[in-house]
Amino acid sequence: MTGACGLWAYAITEHGGGDALTEHGGGDLSRLTGVAGGTVRTVAAGGFTVLVSDVDLAEFGEAALRRNLENLTWLEEVARAHHHVIDAASGLFPLLPTRLATVYSSHAAMTAALARRAEELRATLRRVGGRVEWGVKAYAAPQPDTRDSEQPAGGQAGGETAPGAGLAYLKRRRAQLTARERSQHAALAGARAVHKELSGRAAQARLHPPQSAQLSGNQMPMLLNTAYLLDASASDGFASAVAAAATAHPELRLELTGPWPPYSFAGED
Amino acid sequence: MDSLPARVPDERIALVDLLDRLLADGVMVTGEITLSVADVDLVTISLRALLASVSSLDKSYSGAEPATR
Repeated sequence: MTGACGLWAYAITEHGGGDALTEHGGGDLSRLTGVAGGTVRTVAAGGFTVLVSDVDLAEFGEAALRRNLENLTWLEEVARAHHHVIDAASGLFPLLPTRLATVYSSHAAMTAALARRAEELRATLRRVGGRVEWGVKAYAAPQPDTRDSEQPAGGQAGGETAPGAGLAYLKRRRAQLTARERSQHAALAGARAVHKELSGRAAQARLHPPQSAQLSGNQMPMLLNTAYLLDASASDGFASAVAAAATAHPELRLELTGPWPPYSFAGED
Repeated sequence: MDSLPARVPDERIALVDLLDRLLADGVMVTGEITLSVADVDLVTISLRALLASVSSLDKSYSGAEPATR
């Protein structure tokens, strides 16, 4: 490393979590490679154990981070490395994932930051630690009825317009629009019903903003982008419930992702 | 540990799903010496980066893309 070092934080666990890992998980943690190829280790700070690795502040300092986060290749590499460490560790002991790009200038700075929020962090750990997150995305299924809506059937032949043809076209067009509107409403109502049903099975639910078609890579409009917090043992039942909901709601396309570490539930809200 | 479900391999996770979680969520333990970038900034930055990359993909593929709507 060329310049000053900072500490990149991956996750926070109760004090001693790291010891339990060394006892039960063997050398799993020490073999983990973190962000920028750093070696992951545990350090005690503010009554907690934190998974960290060293980062060069020339690349991960505040100004450098702002610049580098704009670089998608850099961002993807860092995000996957961050996730890789948290994902591996979350299978071994209860933890709170830290948000991407939480970098401390020193051990003392980290200790102070954690100590200030110790009580709140412990409460969150009790609620979230050891649980898993499943993601569900709901899209409005494409409606075959509205596919040819731009084409006035039988119209324009020879350029002469029969009296009433324009009116008939408008009527047909209006009917198609109404049908489209109805199916959109049905899809929205379906998404609400699915969310209600799945929330009932989860310890907590959290709505993410729907991804734009550009980002999701899916032409269907996304209606729901939700995270559900579950006991790991409830995962199978939850996946079956999602499959059942997909069958019960043909107006929707459902996508299940997970299990994730409980990212969406580690924050304050 | 008891039966944890099998994890999805890292490389099969969509970047956009990962960033949904890593940038907007996760515990924020900031102090005045912390170098964390503010949440709003992070989301904006990442979306801008993602959209930029998607639109450059679009450009290179636009000829082959089927007409929609």
